[in-house]
Amino acid sequence: MTTIAFFHSLPALLAQAFQLPQTADYMRILPELVLTIFGMLVMVVDPLLDQEKSHKALGTIALIGTLAGLASTFWMAQCPGTAFSNMVRVEGFSVFFHFVVIAIAALAILSSFEYLQVQRIRAGEYYGLILFGTVGMCLMSSAIELVLIFIALEISSISTYILAGFRRREASSSESSLKYFLLGSFATAFFLYGVALMFGATGSTNIDVISQALRSDNVPVLAYVATALMFVGLGFKVSSAPFHIWAPDVYEGAPAPVVGLMSTGPKAAAFAVLLRVLFEANAPGRFWLIWVSAILSMTLGNVGALVQTNVKRLLAYSSIAHAGYLLVAFAAQPELGASAAMFYSAAYAAMNVGAFAVVAHIANAGEKYVTLEDYAGLGRKSPLLAATFTFFLMSLIGIPITGGFFAKFYVLTAALNSNLVGLAIILVLNSAVAAYYYLRIIVMMYMREPEGGVPVTSVPPATALAIGLCAVATLYLGVVPGHVLDYTTYSARQLMSDSMVPTVPVPSAASKP
Amino acid sequence: MESLSPIILSLVTFIPAAGGVLLFFIPRRDRDIKRFALVVSLLTFVVSLHLPVHLHRDHSLFKFEIDKVWITTPNIHYHMGIDGVSVWLVVLTTFLTPLCVLISWASIHERVKEFFILLLILESALIGVFTSLDLFLFYFFYEATLIPMALLIGMYGHGRKVYAAVKFFLFTMIGSMFMLAAILWLYAKTGSFDFVVIQNAIRSGAVPGFEHASLWLFLGFFVAFAVKVPIFPLHTWLPDAHVEAPTAGSVLLAGVLLKMGTYGLLRFNVGLFPEQAHHNAPWIMVLALVGIIYGALVSLVQPNMKKLIAYSSVSHLGFVVLGIFSFTTAGLNGAVFVMLAHGVATGGLFMLAGILYERRHTYEISEFGGLATPMPKYATFFLFTVLASVGLPLLNGFIGEFLVLSGAFQARPIYGILGATGVIWSACYLLWMYQRVFFGQVKHEINNTLPDLNVREKAALWPIAVAALVMGVAPLLWLSAIDPAVQAVLAPVTQMASKVVGQ
Repeated sequence: MTTIAFFHSLPALLAQAFQLPQTADYMRILPELVLTIFGMLVMVVDPLLDQEKSHKALGTIALIGTLAGLASTFWMAQCPGTAFSNMVRVEGFSVFFHFVVIAIAALAILSSFEYLQVQRIRAGEYYGLILFGTVGMCLMSSAIELVLIFIALEISSISTYILAGFRRREASSSESSLKYFLLGSFATAFFLYGVALMFGATGSTNIDVISQALRSDNVPVLAYVATALMFVGLGFKVSSAPFHIWAPDVYEGAPAPVVGLMSTGPKAAAFAVLLRVLFEANAPGRFWLIWVSAILSMTLGNVGALVQTNVKRLLAYSSIAHAGYLLVAFAAQPELGASAAMFYSAAYAAMNVGAFAVVAHIANAGEKYVTLEDYAGLGRKSPLLAATFTFFLMSLIGIPITGGFFAKFYVLTAALNSNLVGLAIILVLNSAVAAYYYLRIIVMMYMREPEGGVPVTSVPPATALAIGLCAVATLYLGVVPGHVLDYTTYSARQLMSDSMVPTVPVPSAASKP
Repeated sequence: MESLSPIILSLVTFIPAAGGVLLFFIPRRDRDIKRFALVVSLLTFVVSLHLPVHLHRDHSLFKFEIDKVWITTPNIHYHMGIDGVSVWLVVLTTFLTPLCVLISWASIHERVKEFFILLLILESALIGVFTSLDLFLFYFFYEATLIPMALLIGMYGHGRKVYAAVKFFLFTMIGSMFMLAAILWLYAKTGSFDFVVIQNAIRSGAVPGFEHASLWLFLGFFVAFAVKVPIFPLHTWLPDAHVEAPTAGSVLLAGVLLKMGTYGLLRFNVGLFPEQAHHNAPWIMVLALVGIIYGALVSLVQPNMKKLIAYSSVSHLGFVVLGIFSFTTAGLNGAVFVMLAHGVATGGLFMLAGILYERRHTYEISEFGGLATPMPKYATFFLFTVLASVGLPLLNGFIGEFLVLSGAFQARPIYGILGATGVIWSACYLLWMYQRVFFGQVKHEINNTLPDLNVREKAALWPIAVAALVMGVAPLLWLSAIDPAVQAVLAPVTQMASKVVGQ
């Protein structure tokens, strides 16, 4: 080894010796970095602008931030592998969830453009928090270290707690925020406790090592308890029964675009964590946990939704039910289930963000118009908006040519292929019940005469774009689901094989002299 | 013309939907919209005539097939094709839709554009149901008929229209979920949604666990279609939907939507599960007979003209089910023929009832009487259609019912005898209704001033009358295509029966 060559390779050697991050490490968290930078940019620019006029500018910065985040996700996808001493892993799975979560954030920002002005909400913190929250969600999907997962979970949760309370003049919004915060902290404590116990049971907080340890014949009882506790924490985040009580109240009080965001983004991220913890880490005793929670969520969600008269509450209960449908996929064989769950998260995100964008627009100043009655005759007053909303509702029901249909379809197929006939039947029956309450909204819009007093303003361009993009995504997933499904199948397989391979830290090519 | 073969089915299926989408962009001038809808539906009809003209009637495989991969995982194909049964149902759909446009010309006043968009999309979905050979594609179209139909009833109906629309939607939706479960099971075991592939797999015994599951699969499909037909006791949505629906909705509902059920029974229940179909035939035939007689008796006492026609559909569709599950050549041929004849005749009756409703805004029979004096042409058309529906020889109703009854008689004489009473009942309720509405003195002064048919209404009714007559005089035009297809469906059942006898 010549001296020059030695000096050339010195940084890499040093990096390896002291575990210093390398360029590739940063590439693997590029979207998070980009989003953080833009989030800070929003905060820095905010005081420089006139408060009345800052909405558009800040929104645009945030939107550019999410677009840059999306672009950097593609970049990140180019260098798969682990980073930061096995704390983060970039693979098909995490790339997929990065994409979904950042796209949700972008749509939420788009649908907030006009909303913030109408509701007179300050834009700076709002957009900043959305971006920071997205960082947390992204990190949740790529972290393979339970402690990092916890930190990411906190980043995303704390942002959403605050976002929920942004309609400061409304008592219900403060109630929503506080309730979400108190219950949420309680739930994360459960998760942390689970992490601690899992460490006790297996001697590690790294998913791969845990997976190795749990593969042995005698799994310690502690691991079961740890799984259950972590499930409680994550179950709260995805609002699956019996940890769903918070959802209707929080959704009712929070600003509608935020509800669109938090009923899909953190949920998708939490499902990603759940997939990792349950499948990749091979958590013991998961089947019955999921089985019970899935049935409870589907049934309680749908039955609860039947009697709602407030559209936001109705959609809150529906989101509980959808968490239940998704959980059915978790009970299926890992590979099929993970793929179906990933597809479901994407499809659900598209239709639900779209639905909430419509709700946000109709709610008008002070969110006055959110009851079912306020939708009477919308088909006549605003045909295009009503038609799009109907399309989202059809997707939520699960009628063909919508993403919601294929999502449910793949979950059903996964369940049937895993011989979960009971769960499949309960899912089918629940969808039938669910059809009724979604139909009530459609009936209201088309078959009732419009009542006076509910003004329908024309849809502003940003909102229209957000709604349009959601509709296109829902249609795309409903007509040519093949591409996305191929990708989810591929990454689910990869996820499962990751957990099979023993993880010896492999020295990267760059570090070899 | 051969070069058209691969795309002709896609053309016929999607011309109406494309027209509907285009209509969306046409400015809201009602006249233009109506004309455009009429042109699109007529064009579809003309194009669809290509199918029976070029259909080879000698063998029984599917024709005009197109098979392209739509989605790779799961293995869903865009597979379309028709045989001698489905070809006529497609033509029936394209035949009735222009008439629906004509009949709705004056009765739809507001949200005209949406009405015709929905009508055209509905037509596409209906045609798709009859042309798909991929179970998934079939399910897709089957469900796709729901929304436009429910909206047509709910937006343009009268009375308790919302109740009727929701009831219609939920009944069909819940029924078809059982079918979806059965389809998914078949996919899980065979790895294909393709009707032909699945059929071959079942016949060659290559489906694991099929013996245990076949009854449940059969029932899964059966429930979905029984709701649609409707078979007693799942018929309760039908009178509500019919009475409250706008005329065009009723025409398509009775004329085509109900046939989706009987077509499904024939294609899927009998085609995929011949053993189970044969095994379960007795109780299904009993239900069919109950439907025939019950429907007729309820019709007899209806004070509402439209409800009377609706219940008569329950009765007539009973004949179709009876014919299918008789498993005789005559019975199956007759069943398909009744489907077509009922589509034409009952479609006509609903149109006639709708014309009266436009003038008087009521369907109550007691509101009328002696109408033959002020409206002679109307009365003539009505009588002609009633006679076709009753089954007067030389008109279309007769051929089908006769074949079905002879088939049922072969299966078991008592079925034939009981079924034959249905014919008598239908004469009773229809002719009695005719007498109350048209004969005698004009009871209500207002009825004296009712205008007779105008040119547009005549244009809508003449095709019905001509079709009823031609079908009655020259049924072989239709049966020559139907027979080979029906024989193909029947072959495995007769084989099985002869095997049983041989043992």
